[in-house]
Parts: sequence; C-alpha cells; structure tokens
Amino acid sequence: MIPVGFEYARPDSVDGALALLAEHGEDATVLAGGHSLLPVMKLRLAAPELIIDIGRLTELSHIDVDGDEVVIGAGARHRAVESSELLAAECPLLPAVARTVGDPQVRHRGTIGGSLAHADPASDLPAAVLAIGGSVVLRGPQGTRTVPITEFYTGMFSTVKEPNELITEIRVPRTGGAGWAYEKFVRRANDWAIVGVAVVDNRVGLVNMCATPLRATATEEALAAGASIADAAALAAEGTDPSEDLTATREYRRHLARVLTERALTTANA
Amino acid sequence: MTTKIEMTVNGEAASADVEPRLLLAHYLRDVLGLKATNIGCDTTSCGACTVLLDGESVKSCTVLAVQADQQSVTTMEGLSPDPEQLHPVPAAFRAEHGLQCGFCTPGMVMAAVSLLAENPKPTEQEVREGLEGNLCRCTGYHNIVRAVLVASGQSAEKVHDDDTEKAPSGGLAAAPGFSVGDETGGSGS
Repeated sequence: MIPVGFEYARPDSVDGALALLAEHGEDATVLAGGHSLLPVMKLRLAAPELIIDIGRLTELSHIDVDGDEVVIGAGARHRAVESSELLAAECPLLPAVARTVGDPQVRHRGTIGGSLAHADPASDLPAAVLAIGGSVVLRGPQGTRTVPITEFYTGMFSTVKEPNELITEIRVPRTGGAGWAYEKFVRRANDWAIVGVAVVDNRVGLVNMCATPLRATATEEALAAGASIADAAALAAEGTDPSEDLTATREYRRHLARVLTERALTTANA
Repeated sequence: MTTKIEMTVNGEAASADVEPRLLLAHYLRDVLGLKATNIGCDTTSCGACTVLLDGESVKSCTVLAVQADQQSVTTMEGLSPDPEQLHPVPAAFRAEHGLQCGFCTPGMVMAAVSLLAENPKPTEQEVREGLEGNLCRCTGYHNIVRAVLVASGQSAEKVHDDDTEKAPSGGLAAAPGFSVGDETGGSGS
C-alpha cells in the first residue's frame, strides 16, 4: 500500500515546525514516529499535502522532574518511557503501560505525544495519563497553553488541539508512592486493548469503553465512601458507552471493565 | 517532487532522489536491490520487514525512506561478513532449526539482534515477549526461541525447563497474549 504523494519537511526546531503549521494549516500534518499516521495514509484514509517531520527534534524528547511534576517531551518514544528510571521511580504506571503498547519495533518509533494526539479510544496511554491526572502542553502562534487531560479529549480521534498547535509536553504529577496497576485484555500478542484499566491512587482510567478515554467515577466515588474493592469495581461500567465490534459485544466490554477494574484495584492496594 | 536522501546501509553510503512517500522497505528492496527484507502484511503487524534503524528494530513498511535520511540501516544482508562467517544470531537459527519456510526469518533475526542488544541474557519469557512483533505462519516459534537463547550464549534447554514449570499451574493467566497487564502493578508505600 502506497500513500498519496505529499511534500515533506523536516524543520530543525519547534519554532520551525510551528511556522510551517501556521503557513499550511489543515493541509499539513505532523509526523513524529508515524505509527498512527502512516498506516492511515497507506489506507488512504488521510492524504495530507505536507508532512512536517518532528521525529528528530531533541528539544521534544526530554524526561525531567519539574517541582511536583514529571515533564515528558511529546517526542519521547514509547521505548524511552518504558525504560526511564526516572519515571519508574516517580510515575511507575507510565513505563508499565508504555511496555504494553504494540511490540518492540512499534515502541522504538511511536511517541507519547503522537499517541495522545491521535486519540484512538483503544490506545493505552491516553487513559493512563487520565488516571494519573496529567496535563498536555500545547504551543501555537498565540503562545503556550496547558490543558488538563480531563479537558483534552473531545471525541473519537479528536482533541482540543488546534491544527496550528503542536503538543510539546505531557506533564504528570509525581506519584511514586501511590499504588498502581494496569490491566489490558487482548486475545493476541501485540494487539490493541479490547478493554484496559489503569489505576493510580484509586483513580481509575478506562481504555476502549467510550469514544474517549474516561474515568470510572462511580467506582472512584464508592471507594472514597468506603466501599470494598469488589463492590466498587461492580460499578466500573456505569456511564460508559463502549463500541461493539468483532472482538467484543458492548455487554462483554462492560463485563471486562468490571473484572479488570477489580483486578487492577486489588493489585494497586495489595 | 523528489527529496535527496543519504544514509548508511550495511556500512556503505547510499543516496538517491526519492518521492517522500516511498517506504523504507521499498527503498531497500526496489532501489537498493536488498531483497532479504520481506514485505508480509504491509500493516505493521507481521514483522517480516524488520530492519535496524540506528541499531534499533523497526518495521520498514511503516517508516518512510526520508525518515531514515542521515541515519544508519542494517538489513539481514549486512549482518554476516560472508556465508562462512555467520553472525551469531543467524548461526544459531541454523543450528537450532529456527526456521521452516524462511519467510519470517530475516525479520525474526533482525528483531532478535535488537532484542539482544537491549537485553543480552534474556529469559525464555523475555525472548517470547521480545519477538511479539514477529509472526511465523509455520508456527515454528519453539525453535526460534531456542535459537535466540543459544545466540545469547545460554542453553536452549531453558525452554523446556521454563515450560515445565509454567504449564500445570499458570493456566490462562500464563498463556501469552491473554492479559499482558497482569504482572504490572505495585502497592503504595
């Protein structure tokens, strides 16, 4: 499969990328690792006129502590997140979730910013960042804005990011002391999650239970009110709207959400 | 419109004017004539097109040739200096019969080289997880795992030991691919 022809630019700075985005607007698409974009271009579901390759911008690949937060450059590869000793100490859920993305080859290329920007409801990292309670830093012609992850997703494959903006950072609170777990249910190695459940400090993020990642708020409120893990997990599918496809019916996804939530909460509170 | 690309392929400089939409897999096969790299699924699933990009395994059907500009690519052709002096990984695949039809083999070998660079002494389970991006439709995984263990200087018999330990008690939880998150978690401190 061959993508439709396009022009290619590889600016040497974020400013250069933003200038190209300002000039070309919706005709341009940003490429980082390419593992969400190139497959849809090969299927000709996307045909941008200009590709702006930010995959080698080292100013986007840092992972650092900044006060109470860990700052992850949007261009950090899944492999870098997976193997980061800093994240293992300060936000251990994130490397554990990154390790379940795709396969090693995919993790060598794909980036955390690309995963969040693509906003696939079956993606692992968006729901994980939601459970952690992070934020997304966007840069555009008007400057920089920081969007809480709870306000970032607007629908399936869509976010509040404007076409002339670039995700530059993902910021997550330091949660090294909190109980955490990720449960991902798949039928085949390296598959997308049929359902996934990420838990940090009894905040519960659900993968593939709605058009966007969402929190299991009924479960969280029950836990806060003193309910047992089993009773709280039984509420994990409340307020969800899962899709139905070849891998699972809606009711089966709801069942998985309850079971996986109980497992994840049990691990996180062990 | 074409773009000029320059990269090091198997230790030698290569350059060409290419369309930006040209995939790295097609560049290697059709422009440079390096046909060891197979194209299987063309959808980032099967791993037959795996090559090393700056030393790390990537699926070359999902990388643009222009993305590899100014970087280093290694294919199966570049691993062994000559057929009499096989690189340790293909040598182990031959010794342990780690192939049947051979279609997946170049991708398997390149994925294994990358795996061993990151984890020189993997356990059997780590080998299986490290090769999860590569499919063998002959289902010859057992000998492939043996070959990677041998290439790492370990005994192939570890496969049998580990399987014996796991089979009776692990049940579905131990079946690869059923729930990959079940070992990840930690309690609060």
